[in-house]
Amino acid sequence: MERRADVSILEMTAVELGRKIKSREVSVVQATKAALEQIKALEPAVHAYVTVDEEGALKKAEEIQKKIDAGELTGPLAGVPVAIKDNMCTEGMLTTCSSKILYNFVPAYTAEAVRNLEKAGAVILGKTNMDEFAMGSTTETSAFGVTRNPWNPDHVPGGSSGGSCAAVAANECFYALGSDTGGSIRQPSSFCGVTGIKPTYGTVSRYGLIAYGSSLDQIGPIAKDVTDCAAVLETIASYDKKDSTSIPREDCDFTSALVDDVKGMKIGIPRDYFGEGLDKEVKDAILAAAKVLEEKGAIVEEFDLSLVEYAIPAYYVIASAEASSNLSRFDGVKYGLRAKEYEGLHDMYKKSRSEGFGPEVKRRIMLGAFVLSSGYYDAYYLKALRTKALIKKAFDKAFETYDLILGPASPSTAPRLGESLSDPLKMYLGDIYTISVNLAGLPGMTVPCGLDSRGLPIGMQLIGDCFQEKKIIRAGYAFERSRKYQGPAIAADPKAAAAQAQRGALCGNAREWEAAAAAADKRPADVGAGKEVRS
Amino acid sequence: MSKQYETVIGLEVHVELATKTKIFCGCSTEFGGAPNTHTCPVCTGMPGSLPVLNKQVVEYALAVGLATNCGINQYCKFDRKNYFYPDNPQNYQISQLYLPICHDGWVEIETSAGTKKVGIHEIHMEEDAGKLIHDEWEDCSLVDYNRSGVPLIEIVSEPDMRSADEVIAYLEKLRLIIQYLGASDCKLQEGSMRADVNLSVRELGAPQMGTRTEMKNLNSFKAIARAIEGERKRQIELIEEGKKVIQETRRWDDNKENSHAMRSKEDAQDYRYFPDPDLTPVVISDEWIQAVRDRQPELRTEKLARYQKEFSIPLYDAEILTGSKHMADVFEATVALCGRPKEVSNWLMVEAMRLLKEKEQEPDDMAFSPENLAKLIGLVEQGAVTRTVAKTVFEEIFANNVDPEQYVEEKGLKAVSDEGALRRTIEEIVAANPQSVEDYHNGKVKAMGFLVGQTMRAMKGKADPAAVNKIVKELLTGGAN
Ligand SMILES: [Zn+2]
Repeated sequence: MERRADVSILEMTAVELGRKIKSREVSVVQATKAALEQIKALEPAVHAYVTVDEEGALKKAEEIQKKIDAGELTGPLAGVPVAIKDNMCTEGMLTTCSSKILYNFVPAYTAEAVRNLEKAGAVILGKTNMDEFAMGSTTETSAFGVTRNPWNPDHVPGGSSGGSCAAVAANECFYALGSDTGGSIRQPSSFCGVTGIKPTYGTVSRYGLIAYGSSLDQIGPIAKDVTDCAAVLETIASYDKKDSTSIPREDCDFTSALVDDVKGMKIGIPRDYFGEGLDKEVKDAILAAAKVLEEKGAIVEEFDLSLVEYAIPAYYVIASAEASSNLSRFDGVKYGLRAKEYEGLHDMYKKSRSEGFGPEVKRRIMLGAFVLSSGYYDAYYLKALRTKALIKKAFDKAFETYDLILGPASPSTAPRLGESLSDPLKMYLGDIYTISVNLAGLPGMTVPCGLDSRGLPIGMQLIGDCFQEKKIIRAGYAFERSRKYQGPAIAADPKAAAAQAQRGALCGNAREWEAAAAAADKRPADVGAGKEVRS
Repeated sequence: MSKQYETVIGLEVHVELATKTKIFCGCSTEFGGAPNTHTCPVCTGMPGSLPVLNKQVVEYALAVGLATNCGINQYCKFDRKNYFYPDNPQNYQISQLYLPICHDGWVEIETSAGTKKVGIHEIHMEEDAGKLIHDEWEDCSLVDYNRSGVPLIEIVSEPDMRSADEVIAYLEKLRLIIQYLGASDCKLQEGSMRADVNLSVRELGAPQMGTRTEMKNLNSFKAIARAIEGERKRQIELIEEGKKVIQETRRWDDNKENSHAMRSKEDAQDYRYFPDPDLTPVVISDEWIQAVRDRQPELRTEKLARYQKEFSIPLYDAEILTGSKHMADVFEATVALCGRPKEVSNWLMVEAMRLLKEKEQEPDDMAFSPENLAKLIGLVEQGAVTRTVAKTVFEEIFANNVDPEQYVEEKGLKAVSDEGALRRTIEEIVAANPQSVEDYHNGKVKAMGFLVGQTMRAMKGKADPAAVNKIVKELLTGGAN
């Protein structure tokens, strides 16, 4: 009886749950317990989380219920449990970036975006799995084991925010935060059949977000529908003096754009996005979605965006260059992993970093260091910056004519586990539709628009001009009215999850990894036994 | 040595700016806190932390640039200099390479050889690193990040200097300009001003520059002069022996008066500079530049002229008084209190300079308050203390910043102006020295000086010399005169 009640809670969107909490139909503790139970039931099959803070979440739930009862918290997300990608600092809670090198890192402060959620009464359930340091498109580069796609456990959830998207799809939280450097919110949202927004660069503070490519990184919401995404984005967007790239905006009332009306809206479909390499089923689903918007009164046209093929090399040069420098602070001196045996400083650096970083991270650090080296800087890094400027120009030109650009979020649906890692170049090419949005600093959103013949979700991407989130929200909302949210079977059926869990032994969370590694004596239990510098 | 050589010197001067907080966070820049107490996530390079530029740093850099005739890059950027070292918590230093804030300036220096202009190639802003402390007991290294993120400017000169004299004159000039601007206290010993010397030699008249070396660890003007002399000799010797000068960084040991190679150009690191994506470009408007110009305080040249005109102080004295911003500040504050510029100048020029020399201190080290010097001048003027006593009181003011009124009272140093008491003492002294009286009457005028001296000694310097003279003369000449 109670189980059924909880399932009905889990199927609510974040905003629906918020409303029920406000009207006292559901208590915060009840909602939190429902999510925690779902996590317990499904994690063996999905492994969306690196850390689950059961105790903290329940305590917080009680606190927030009191505040709601006292009338101190009245927002739409008050009391709604959330999952946070593990590259956002959370005070007192392990923050690993799914990397061994940060296996024990507990920040002394909370990321600004997460703080904004906390102020709005969010209950943090835990931290979600990701590609190590957000480098990857499948969540397979995580040092703490892969996350499986809740729609089919043999497939990846996408990445790098794969844990957040899988958690939302599997009802293991009511919404989540992800980060997007080259598609890391939009692509896994597409693979997991959920909705995600990458806002205009500068809209959400990056303070406390552990940087991958600083000039491209942006935090955004991942949820079951556009309404939730708008409400969450409205909550996390803020001008933050602690982030020099933060932009003061007066137009962050994103929920005001939840209007079912696209009459006269001009939508451009870049021909360049529908050529070779795009899966036929994905193409058909996207064009069918465009048709829906057209029927609702939008004007849909094809056009040539140009320069699309240059986005990938430019992105990998810029992001890797920034990453090579951003990740140099992980050196075993101050926090995180320090090699057990070393001779002198240089050796300590070398061994700690060799042991701490996975192969994909090392690949990008080396690539980044290479393109910044003297003699290559102009040929690679500067050229990439120029390409970035040209891509921005191409978008500027498109937005002179169109309110929105519509296209796929990924050339295919979710690949099978292991398929991408064997061929990194192919994996990089999969980012072709999402990457240029980051290079140009634009907002983009993925909205689910169907399933392929294997039952895997397909997502449509809506791209807006800078600061035009409201246009993509409006179009996404109008489209969404035409269909009902559909989640994967296991989300509503934990028994199926248990069966899935049988199919493969999965790695546990970071703490388990730590214990296992210490037991195997791969790494000192008292890492940093030398001297640690604390502030 | 048959050939004539020319020494070519360029300087890289790091100056720690006098901001209250660090360049990219709100932590205090104050000296001497317990290790890692003036730190936060930003200046310890914690994951997820972000730098935010302290506007005052730009303001000071601009002020120095304008005072040294530099052009201003009104669109300037910060770059990351990547290298691994534990004192550098992010393993990159935020500095400026591609678009530094100031460029192409000059200052005029004066040496015995005359005046000349020294070009300034550029001035850029950057952050300081932390400090490594080796713990011998535990045999490990510790890091203190209190200095990490303290703002610096680096002033890079053109290779325009030809001698140690010119280098010292250039440094003195920079120091005075920066001190007067209030941008830094520029103390070499404490490291708030540091200079690296780039030096090469070439045969006089040779069109091409010789191979240069960079000398580090120079903590005083004297060390700089010695290092230049040492390096010049070393390079000439190499050339005379037919050997090559290697482009390298050398470390000066001022105790041993020699240097040793730290690293050569071959193993120089590739710093992989690139624009810091966490910081937006600094856009400096014409209005901002004008505002900094308008706020520019009186610099030394102007002060020099004003002292001569307003206070009728001779050029030589004015040069000494303005030779340190602190000295000039003490002078002006004391004059403002007592209104006697010549008197104040005398105390500073004679007594203060003498004591500084004795104690091997710099004018910047004077720690007494202008109030106490003004009070002392007042006491002398009122005749409340004699000049002799005043000098000893000044020594106390100089050393311990005592309140002279209180000190004179406590030590009973007040001048005796009670004529009755004075006359009795002199009468006793005259009576006790009949030989002197006789000598005086025999035309030995010096004898009177002896009696005056005896009186002053008996009065422990507290007697007014004019009064003593008068009474002694009266007694010797038998009254009315
Ligand atoms: Zn700090």
